[in-house]
Amino acid sequence: MTFQMTCHDCDLITQMPDIKVGKTALCPRCGSQLAQPKSNSIEHSLALVITNLILFTVAVNFPFLAMQSSGFEQQSTLISGVWLLHNQGMNSLALVVLLTCLCFPLLQMAGLLYVLLPLLFKRKLPGAIKTFLWIQKLQPWSMMEVFMLGTLVSLVKLAKLAEIIPGISLWAFALLIFTTAAQLYFLDRHQVWHQLGCADG
Amino acid sequence: MVSSKSTAKKQGLINCTSCHLLCSPGSIDKNQKAHCPRCGSVLHSRKPNSLSRCWALVIAAIILLVPANLKPITITAALGQTQADTIMSGVIYFIHSGMWPIALVIFVASVFVPLLKLSLLMLLLISVQRKWRWRPRERTRLYRLTEMIGRWSMVDVYVVTILVALVKLGAVARVDAGPGAVYFAAVVILTMFAAESFDPRLIWDVLENDHE
Repeated sequence: MTFQMTCHDCDLITQMPDIKVGKTALCPRCGSQLAQPKSNSIEHSLALVITNLILFTVAVNFPFLAMQSSGFEQQSTLISGVWLLHNQGMNSLALVVLLTCLCFPLLQMAGLLYVLLPLLFKRKLPGAIKTFLWIQKLQPWSMMEVFMLGTLVSLVKLAKLAEIIPGISLWAFALLIFTTAAQLYFLDRHQVWHQLGCADG
Repeated sequence: MVSSKSTAKKQGLINCTSCHLLCSPGSIDKNQKAHCPRCGSVLHSRKPNSLSRCWALVIAAIILLVPANLKPITITAALGQTQADTIMSGVIYFIHSGMWPIALVIFVASVFVPLLKLSLLMLLLISVQRKWRWRPRERTRLYRLTEMIGRWSMVDVYVVTILVALVKLGAVARVDAGPGAVYFAAVVILTMFAAESFDPRLIWDVLENDHE
C-alpha cells in the first residue's frame, strides 16, 4: 500500500510505502523530514504530558533559587521574578518571560491532555482540532529549555557574589526540560491529525 | 519511495500548512477563502505576502538591534557604585574574569546568532527575489537552521530576569533591567516572526518553471 506525502518545505508530492516504526521518511528532493512514526505514540506522549504537568506544578510552587550574602537571604520563585520585573516598570519584559516560560508551556500541556486522552478511546472532545492547531502554533514560543540555560549562566555569574542555594523548583524545572524533549520526540503529529480526522465527535 | 516529480501547486492542490493534508481547494467561503477539510485552517498554496512580510520584519529587527546593543541591559548597584552593562560589555567582563565558557555562550546567543539569522534571512530573501537556481537543497537547510537557532537568543533576556529577581540584597547590591533588554527581546521576537513568515517553497518554485 502506498500513500501520498507532500513536503512542507518544497511542496513535492511523494508516493510512499508504509513507513515502519523507527524509520524516518525524508523528502527525496530537499531532505526535509516527512514522517517519523513512533510506536504507541499517543500512549507515550500522554504519559509524558502527565509527568510534565506534575513537574510543572512543583516548579511553579516551590522556591527556585535562594541567595545568601552577608546575613541577607533572598529567595525567589519563578513567579516572583516576573513580579519584580513588573514592579520595576519592565512590563514588556515581564510579559515575555511570563508567556514564554510559564503560560505557553502550561497551555500546551493542558491542551495535549485534552486532545490525547480522548484519542486513546478513539474520541475527540469539542474544540480538539482547534486546540491541537494552537499547540502547534505555540511550539516555537515555549522556551523553557532556553530559560534553563539562562539560569545556568546566572548561577555562574552570581556564584562569585554570594552563596546560591538551588531550590526544589530548579531541580523539577531541569527534569521538565528532559521530559518535555522526550514528549516532543514521541508525539507523532501526523498520527494525531490522522486520528483526529477519523475520531467520533 | 517514488517521487512523482510534481509539486502540489502544479497539480492544483494545496498542502495544508497546519495539518499537512493534501487538499484540493474545492469549496470557497464568502471571503473567497478555501479551508482545509480536516483542520479548518485557511489554505494557501504559498504563505501570503511572504517576501514583503519577511523583509519588513527583518528591517525592523535590524533597526532595533542598534539600541539593543548600545543601551544597557542591566544596571548594577553594589556598595554605592552603579554600573551599566551592555551586551558586549558583559561578554568582555566574563572574558576578563576568566569565565570564557560563559562569555562564549552569551556571545554566541546574543551577538552571533541574531546577526547570523538576519544575514541568512536576507540571503534567502535576495536569492528568491533574484530567482537564483543555486543549491536549493542547501538553502532549504539554511532556512531550517534559522528557524531552529532563533529561540536561543532569548538566553540573555532570561539571565537579566533572574539577576533582577535574585539580587535584592538590601543596601549591598541591586540589579535593575535596562532598556537594552527590552529592545533585545523585541529583536529576538521579530526575527522569529520573520523566519516564520518566509516560505521555503519559494526557493523551489524557480526550478519548477524551468521544466515547463
